[in-house]
Amino acid sequence: MAKGTIIIDQDCCKGCGLCPTVCPQHVITMEENLLNEKGYHPAVLVDPDGQCTGCAVCAVICPDVCITVFREVPAQRRSKTAA
Amino acid sequence: MESTTSIIPPEGMQLVYERPKALVDVHTHYCPGCTHGVAHRLLAEAIDELGVREKTILVAPVGCSVFAYAYFNTDGCEAAHGRAPAMATGIKRIDPSRVVVTYQGDGDLAAIGTAEIIHAAARGECITTLFINNAIYGMTGGQMAPTTLLGQKTKSSPMGRDAKIAGLPIRMSEVLATLPGSAYIVRRSLHDVNNIRKAKKAIVTALKAQINGLGFSMVELLSSCPTNWGIPADKALEWVEENMVPYYPLGDYKVIEAVKSL
Repeated sequence: MAKGTIIIDQDCCKGCGLCPTVCPQHVITMEENLLNEKGYHPAVLVDPDGQCTGCAVCAVICPDVCITVFREVPAQRRSKTAA
Repeated sequence: MESTTSIIPPEGMQLVYERPKALVDVHTHYCPGCTHGVAHRLLAEAIDELGVREKTILVAPVGCSVFAYAYFNTDGCEAAHGRAPAMATGIKRIDPSRVVVTYQGDGDLAAIGTAEIIHAAARGECITTLFINNAIYGMTGGQMAPTTLLGQKTKSSPMGRDAKIAGLPIRMSEVLATLPGSAYIVRRSLHDVNNIRKAKKAIVTALKAQINGLGFSMVELLSSCPTNWGIPADKALEWVEENMVPYYPLGDYKVIEAVKSL
């Protein structure tokens, strides 16, 4: 499966908790021990095993557009760009 | 003004999704979990996709989305309550090369602005309307709207909406679809990822209908209001699916042949 990652703008997050409900890999949690500048508990990516696939479902549901999504460049295409 | 986001992709990764360029990089004032943010993003993505950012004029309504003009990286102006279609008509007639979009809530479009929207559609004005239907007046604190469901409790219907007193909710898409000037009238929902993707396609089609001068286009988006409904954001989306979708069926209410062939 493709590997990916996300970057969450934590100060933009309002802690609505929608992204964890849609993440198919269950790698997003609401960080109860963290407060952002607005005073919300923001969403964080907890993905020690690299399970995020970069499917971007979290970015589709996010009402505050805080999530930027990346996906691994497929091996064939990477060699092509190198050549 | 270009977007200022410049996140460098991690090693070996490519960018899959980032904030659309048509959205200004500011934090919105919407409540946590409010689908106004999703609707804003979809409209911005559609504007980016069609490459019409420099030509777009957004007419903001009165309601929660009253500051919408501040969130879009397009030209914009603010209409009096319910009068966005009238203002959009004027703008479009003065400069037909512009893409004119009104963004209106249910209190704005279905209550005080009913006359404006009906006559804009009847005249077949080449404007696009995004109609955010969350079955309640959000900004004023959660009063009953024309779209409030039967039995739904609001600040002004604490025992639930009673048909004997308040009548039945208006289905605006069905109403506007009967008018000869409308070209593209559809209803979509923002309650899950699949439906959000469908909504984006509908917004792109609506803008294309306008750009091709085919007539009035409107996309109604079933939305949530976690704050005034008094439930968490995820439960609010479930509420949309369980209660609003049965009364406001999703679908295409009017798609003229010329729009189908776009």
